[in-house]
Amino acid sequence: MRTMTVVGASLAGVNSVQQLRQQGFDGRIVVVGEETHRPYDRPPLSKALLAGRADVDDLWLCDEEDQDELGAEWRLGVRAEQLDPAAGRVRLSDGAEIDTDGVVIATGGRARRLPGIEDMRGLHTVRTIEDALALRAELTGGAGEVVVVGAGWIGAEIASTCHELGLRVTLVESGEVPLSRTLGDAMGSVFAALHTDHGVSLRCRSRVSGLTNVADGDGRRVTGVWLDDGTQLPADVVVMGVGIQPVTEWLAGSGVAVDDGVLCDPGCVTELPSVVAVGDVARYRTATGGTVRHEHWNNAAEQSATAIRNLLAGSTIEHYRPSGYVWSDQYGVRLQIAGELHQPDEVEVVDGSPSDRRFVVAYRRSGETVGVLAMNNPKLFIRMRKQLAGRLATS
Amino acid sequence: MISACDLADLPPGESVRIQADVPIAVFNSDGDLYAIDDTCSHQDASLSDGWLEGCFVECPLHAALFDLRTGMPSCLPAKKPVRTHVVLVHDGHIYVDTSSHERTPVAEPVEASASEAVA
Repeated sequence: MRTMTVVGASLAGVNSVQQLRQQGFDGRIVVVGEETHRPYDRPPLSKALLAGRADVDDLWLCDEEDQDELGAEWRLGVRAEQLDPAAGRVRLSDGAEIDTDGVVIATGGRARRLPGIEDMRGLHTVRTIEDALALRAELTGGAGEVVVVGAGWIGAEIASTCHELGLRVTLVESGEVPLSRTLGDAMGSVFAALHTDHGVSLRCRSRVSGLTNVADGDGRRVTGVWLDDGTQLPADVVVMGVGIQPVTEWLAGSGVAVDDGVLCDPGCVTELPSVVAVGDVARYRTATGGTVRHEHWNNAAEQSATAIRNLLAGSTIEHYRPSGYVWSDQYGVRLQIAGELHQPDEVEVVDGSPSDRRFVVAYRRSGETVGVLAMNNPKLFIRMRKQLAGRLATS
Repeated sequence: MISACDLADLPPGESVRIQADVPIAVFNSDGDLYAIDDTCSHQDASLSDGWLEGCFVECPLHAALFDLRTGMPSCLPAKKPVRTHVVLVHDGHIYVDTSSHERTPVAEPVEASASEAVA
């Protein structure tokens, strides 16, 4: 194979380029990225960059020298618009066509929006540098009341940052408690208290049914949020933290199957052995026959090693084993999880105490530890995470 | 010269964080002592909380690996090295020389079994 095209120039894309070189591919690599920026790290967008503790220049994933060393052609500011696997060609939004032997799909996703809610001033999502800077400008430009919709990781981090900036924050969550699907209700309650103890108003079992707004120049500006129980919350700024929509439209007609992500086998290979998918966009088949797609930094960082090995081999010779490692910083508290935390038989505090916000909790199934959750306890967490990974590798 | 801890309190595989002008992490890697800046060069994380494997420490947050001998990161997301510092053992006590990192980019490991000053 002489040319590889990596579509997507964020973490999963850059790691794929690194893996191609590390695994010995010395041909041509073309990287296509819709954003005009060099590859950058997204986790600070909801935290340090939004809070003003980091600049855009702190976000680059590699410096220019490292990027040059990868020996890739960077086509930034253009989208891939069509994949023609039979011809071995990717067509770009600037009209260019790239003849390629293999394709790595790393297109990630765009921020999901609330259905039926039209766009207006004061309404934000956070996915890109521009998103974060635009939100920061409003948060520091006289906003008083902020409503964050969705108390998942991103929503919780944004609520925490808004609190840090001195704003009044209401966090709207459809579930019983935040993160209940990921962590279970008991641990979700610990996260609920983290918000409310910092004066953030948390409204669970609530959905947004509409936005109140006023005319603002040639458009509209949000003034508040209607909840489905009829409550009206005032808001100068509304932030939607309701997940992402995988970017797959450009694959229409390509033969690559898509269903809320790019469908691939347990080794991240699509139905076409010369096309693999990595990162937020990859929906791979698991050993139990289901499919799963992760929207996490570490998955994007880890998945490319397997996907590239299989791409270079021309068939699936290795299955992806996710570490399930996720971290978050909220209200000065460091949260870390690894493994599988849903539907355990037993949840046991193995160190510290949830009320002190310094603890490690083990999630067990049939007596085996399958997941770990920690708050402000990174040293024990990493030991337990390594044990978990070691057991997964030998199972 | 900064006092870290008694050698007996830092068995192999352990690490300790001490406060100098910036926090410093001291590691005992299978008997060899190393000291580096504690704060990961990537994002705010304490390397003394990391995972020690041979002469590498894995950042507890993002899995960047740092070579304890040179302070160099071996993989993304860390791009910049952390400073290394000279470690001395005297009378069973560990000291870190934070002034030397400007003179010596590479810190030589110190045998933890040594009970005399080695510098």
